[in-house]
Amino acid sequence: MRPARSNADQANTRRPVREPEIYRASVGTYVFGDMPTSQGRRTPHAAVPDRHVPGEPGLWVFIFGDLSVFAVVFAVYLWYRMHEPGIFAASQQQLEPAYGAAYTMLLLTSSLLVAQGVYAHRSYAATGIARRCLLGGQLCGMAFVVLKIVEYHSKIADGLTITANSFYLCYYIVTGLHLFHVILGIGVLTFLLNLAGKAPTLRREAYIEGGASFWHMVDLLWLIIFPLIYLAR
Amino acid sequence: MRQRVSLLWLVMLLMTLASWSLGIEEVSRPAAASMFGTLVLSIAYIKVRFIGLDFMELRDSPIALRLMFEIYAAAVMLLVIVLYLVA
Repeated sequence: MRPARSNADQANTRRPVREPEIYRASVGTYVFGDMPTSQGRRTPHAAVPDRHVPGEPGLWVFIFGDLSVFAVVFAVYLWYRMHEPGIFAASQQQLEPAYGAAYTMLLLTSSLLVAQGVYAHRSYAATGIARRCLLGGQLCGMAFVVLKIVEYHSKIADGLTITANSFYLCYYIVTGLHLFHVILGIGVLTFLLNLAGKAPTLRREAYIEGGASFWHMVDLLWLIIFPLIYLAR
Repeated sequence: MRQRVSLLWLVMLLMTLASWSLGIEEVSRPAAASMFGTLVLSIAYIKVRFIGLDFMELRDSPIALRLMFEIYAAAVMLLVIVLYLVA
């Protein structure tokens, strides 16, 4: 039985909402089916008793795979550093940790907004808030890209290009790979924004959770890159 | 739930500022560089765990998934710290 919907949601829907799908996670035993509702709204996530795979299991294979790729990248960076500590120490002095801290704060804020957007989306009556939160997160991501371009530009203008020395080779590869993921993430958030504007279904919620998890992964990776490259001499 | 991630965001922001000031300060005391480096990397590990468990909601996920994350985070940070110190 579909829960009753508020007027705000009636205004947002074009088609009737499909019946909730049964969704089984292969890891764990959560069955989406009939989530408990009260007065036409889903209960907040905290009230859901069963363990639940955010998004879907396939996504986590991808996320752990991507995390593993970065683990290797970090190891390679440190291996290079082990062999040329002088060059690394000297080159790190040329970096400005202020940039790194700014990036970190931007991504932390974007993760907060994206998480709030996911929570808002779970409550039927908060569609507008969900979209605004996701948009806010996306804007933070875009600010990250802009700042990154500014930093790269200032480095290149000083002649510190990817071929300058082994440190800069690592620096551009690590941060460039991460930047690529940020840009991908912004695309994913666009997709989520689109979904959040439509009638909520369980599949869409799963996609939104999954997309949000990808974005949090991007934030997580930067949380390691910042101290590794900018701070740890 | 919303309050928890908001609180964690604030805590992580403060940790970021602390790491940043530590990172700047250690430049003037090169002998203590390794110690500061280890400290900021350890702080990073704490942040990584918060993102995974609370933002990615792995705290409420099936134990196997949570365990995979915990093992990954611990293994990577340990690897990073060890390789950092060996240099």
